[in-house]
Amino acid sequence: MNFFFEVLITGLLVGIMYSLVALGFALIYKASDVFNFAQGDMSLLAGLALVGFLTIMPLWLALVCTIAVMTLLAYATVFIIFRPLVARPPLILFMAAIGLAFLVQGIGQSIWGTDAKGLNIGIPDNPIILGELFLSSFDLIFGVVAAALVGGLVLFFQKTRTGRALRAVADDHEAALSVGIPLLNAWAVTWVIAGIVATVAGIAWGSRLGVQFSLSLIALKALPVLILGGIDSIPGAILAGLVVGAGENLAEVFIGPYVGGGIQTFFPYLMALLFLWFRPYGMFGKEIIDRV
Amino acid sequence: MLYRECGNFKDNYAKDMAIFPIPLDRWGLGIMLVFAFLVIPFTASDYWLSSIMIPFYCFSLAALGLNFLTGYAGQVSLGHAAFMAVGAYSSLILYGRYGIPLVPSILGGGIVSAIVGSIFGIPSLRIKGFYLAVSTLAAQFIIEWVLTHWKWVSGGVFGTIDVPNLYIFGALLDTPLKKYYLVLCIVALMITFGKNLVRGQLGRNWMAIRDMDVAAEIIGVSLFRYKLIAFAVSSFYAGVAGALITITYYGAANIEEFNLFLSFHLLGMIIIGGMGTILGSFLGAGFMVLLPIFINQSMLTFMERVPSNLRANSEAIVFGGLIVFFLIVEPYGMARLWHTIKEKMRLWPFPY
Amino acid sequence: MGRKWIFTLFALVLACSLILASGQVQAADEKAQFFGLLIYRTGPFAAGGSGMGSGWEDFMELRNMQGGVNGIKYAWEECETAYNTARGVECYERLKDKAVLFHPWSTGITYALIPRGTKEEKVIFSSGYGRADASDGSVFPWVFTTPTNYWSQNSAKIKFIGEKMGGMDKLKGLKIANLHIDVPYGQETKPMLDALAEKFGFTIQHFPVPWPGIDQKAQWMDIVRRFKADWVINRNWGVSCTVPLKEAARLGFPRERVLGVWWCGSEEDVLPAGPAAKGYYSANFHGSGKDFPLVKEIIDKVYGTMKGHMAFTRVGSVYWSRGIYIGVVTEEAILTAHKKFGVKVLTGEEIRWGMENLNITAERIKELGLEGFMSPIKTSCENHEGGNIVLFQQWDGEKWVPAGTQTPMNDFVWPLIKESAAKYAKEQGITPKDCK
Repeated sequence: MNFFFEVLITGLLVGIMYSLVALGFALIYKASDVFNFAQGDMSLLAGLALVGFLTIMPLWLALVCTIAVMTLLAYATVFIIFRPLVARPPLILFMAAIGLAFLVQGIGQSIWGTDAKGLNIGIPDNPIILGELFLSSFDLIFGVVAAALVGGLVLFFQKTRTGRALRAVADDHEAALSVGIPLLNAWAVTWVIAGIVATVAGIAWGSRLGVQFSLSLIALKALPVLILGGIDSIPGAILAGLVVGAGENLAEVFIGPYVGGGIQTFFPYLMALLFLWFRPYGMFGKEIIDRV
Repeated sequence: MLYRECGNFKDNYAKDMAIFPIPLDRWGLGIMLVFAFLVIPFTASDYWLSSIMIPFYCFSLAALGLNFLTGYAGQVSLGHAAFMAVGAYSSLILYGRYGIPLVPSILGGGIVSAIVGSIFGIPSLRIKGFYLAVSTLAAQFIIEWVLTHWKWVSGGVFGTIDVPNLYIFGALLDTPLKKYYLVLCIVALMITFGKNLVRGQLGRNWMAIRDMDVAAEIIGVSLFRYKLIAFAVSSFYAGVAGALITITYYGAANIEEFNLFLSFHLLGMIIIGGMGTILGSFLGAGFMVLLPIFINQSMLTFMERVPSNLRANSEAIVFGGLIVFFLIVEPYGMARLWHTIKEKMRLWPFPY
Repeated sequence: MGRKWIFTLFALVLACSLILASGQVQAADEKAQFFGLLIYRTGPFAAGGSGMGSGWEDFMELRNMQGGVNGIKYAWEECETAYNTARGVECYERLKDKAVLFHPWSTGITYALIPRGTKEEKVIFSSGYGRADASDGSVFPWVFTTPTNYWSQNSAKIKFIGEKMGGMDKLKGLKIANLHIDVPYGQETKPMLDALAEKFGFTIQHFPVPWPGIDQKAQWMDIVRRFKADWVINRNWGVSCTVPLKEAARLGFPRERVLGVWWCGSEEDVLPAGPAAKGYYSANFHGSGKDFPLVKEIIDKVYGTMKGHMAFTRVGSVYWSRGIYIGVVTEEAILTAHKKFGVKVLTGEEIRWGMENLNITAERIKELGLEGFMSPIKTSCENHEGGNIVLFQQWDGEKWVPAGTQTPMNDFVWPLIKESAAKYAKEQGITPKDCK
């Protein structure tokens, strides 16, 4: 039984790491209908930039510079790529995001190289032993960071003027435009926020995996989380992340041995499919009502 | 001028129902066919035949399959690489283990793939849009897992099936030229079939579902039936394409070839090429498959002095840049570009 | 509309220029031995591909500065595969008219090239990867797994574990976890390990890690907390090699009990794990570092004149050294062939003969300036493995330190290789060559 809880808690902590990635997707999708497949590559870029800056400057400055890079990327993306594509069908925006993914990884790796780099920002990764339970200090710290990040985002969206403008854009582009909210700027701000989320995810995953191309594959981990939670929902991303993290780890450990193992990749999709059969827009996704 | 019609002169049903109502299209297609069947095989080098044309045809076929599903029936799938894998493995099992002749084996691979595809198509009855797209990734991962873990499939410790010597009607299929003809014949037949499929009732029902499935249901199109048929037909094409490319190009069925990225690439092909058009599948396959090769080769020419590391990465930049560029210029795909040109030519020099 | 036409025109011009440019194949120098490098400097495994490719290029660059091999210079062309089989086969087809020997550097590409190479008389040199049963030269005359293959490696690994535990009899009752990436490459050694487990009485359990293996928490919980493994075999590739070290650290599993495959034993695999990697063992088939005379010469002459092909910080790393290693073995094959066929640009059949009659003795290794870097190799018509030794190394936090060598259990492995190769021969309708 102890082992069960250990797996469960570890799974939940992993789930937070998934939520971090899914959060970026949800933010952008909500604001601009772009299914941003480049989210993982943005994390890669952030990781590469951070490692690159860390060799010549202290951590805080490197973080600031990384976020500056992400801001630059956000503005360039919105104004060069997505401005001409306003109001195109979602699949085309999705394809543009794939193109963006190639661009981002190509540019990042051209500047900072393709070899695997270690990223150590001084967060300890030791076992914390609570009675019979083994937990990771790193995971716990990142759980707290993620919670703080989400809290910050909620405050930003609820309390600030910009945040409210962003929510207005997300609700209805045309209505927002008509009350004088500059659409492209609002999008750019959303992309900057997604960039910051990507940076945090990049640090969290990059410390584990090293900063290298495979860091961009964390986007794959976010996909089942997204459909389970609802593509455009921030609370959905977080809750679904926890469910997926716990579910896939429990499944791998307790069902895996009977079927040959390795079921971790598709189990979350099965969970999501089952759930979507009853609620086709995920836990908190916005329901689209068809009218003939 | 070339296309000039100056009015509607269709005076019987046969003319109205012609596949290519414009004469020049017919000639153009005829010239292309002659080119593909007679000119390319005797002028192109083995390199062009075996590593440019064959993969190009196979991926075009797979893209066409996905186009039926996404472009015509409006259901997005990100599991098509896995359906290709099903076709590849099952056709090799049929051919190598049970000794069924080559062409029936390839088609058999397609049929197995169609069955698998229609099972994974069931969620489309409830789920739409990106939710459906991401759900179809389940097909990708589950099929990959089954093919790696089910030892009977690969029949050995290496997890792959090697392609044995290929005989067709008793003749050994060994040179690139013979393989090229095999691929070309099957692809040409399947395109003709596909073109007629989408012109008929089936295609019209698909398009009705794509444009608005609620409305389609109200006018009596059975969603269950036509969505699943779309999945089946589409995976049939994917399965045949997977079998063909494995037999004529890869030389061994290995699940790693049919990974997730291929699924994304296939979707990319039809978006860049043009959704809901047959021509678009070819243009898109050309873009996604051949362009990286050309970029790679031209990089060697243009950027010889540049460090190879930078060169390799700038390929990704050029490729990504071109995707974005094409989407901005013509969001509805390269086929639409051609369509626009054609429409202009039909009216030239007297546009309204 | 005008803008769209300009764009279209631009796209057409671009397409034409790309196609035209691609037609410009550089004319091969008639007097040079040409090699086509299937390399991957991008994609998930870029660390491996760029290291190995650059190492080989650096070695050839050095030889060209010294006047070539017996006066025949090297020429080569890179072709980016991005670890993608379709691209890899295209590269092979593009380069096969000029090159006679290929290193596919990828399991998938190796599988695709074996039938092609056999038919078109090109040597497929899959050193330490690809099919294990390709070591049987009578069935796979054109494929070489020199110096050794996965099955031999795993038998050596079990011997290594036995030695660390204080004798092969101590293996009885031991629990070994085989953590493998869940693709055909990872699954290849499962039957081998099962057979060994039966022979020596230890328990083996397989833990598949689904590709890409960036998250292995579930597997590690299972290994450490439920299975309570004594040893873990880390059979992964790329990023999934690094993750186990972090996970082991997180769960307090001693890194001295984690033993990696030789594709998990490079600086790029352990550096991202930081201090968590200290003490980790891995297999290898050559040394690494900058202390060998030949390596010093490369640093001096090639990097000294800014002609190196890789960032200087990575020179001496394991992957780079692997490039040097295959460069040396390939060159020895050329030299062997020169002795028989005369000094000239070799054909496929000639270089194949050279590969098959390799005899790199300890003296020759010393002469090359690689003492301690590699072990002697002797191949034959039947035995395309030839190395018969597996090296082990340990990460001390800064560099790889040699940790002894083991000979594979040949009596045990070879019958399995023979059996598997015979099965392949039957399926493919190959009549095994008579090597007697």
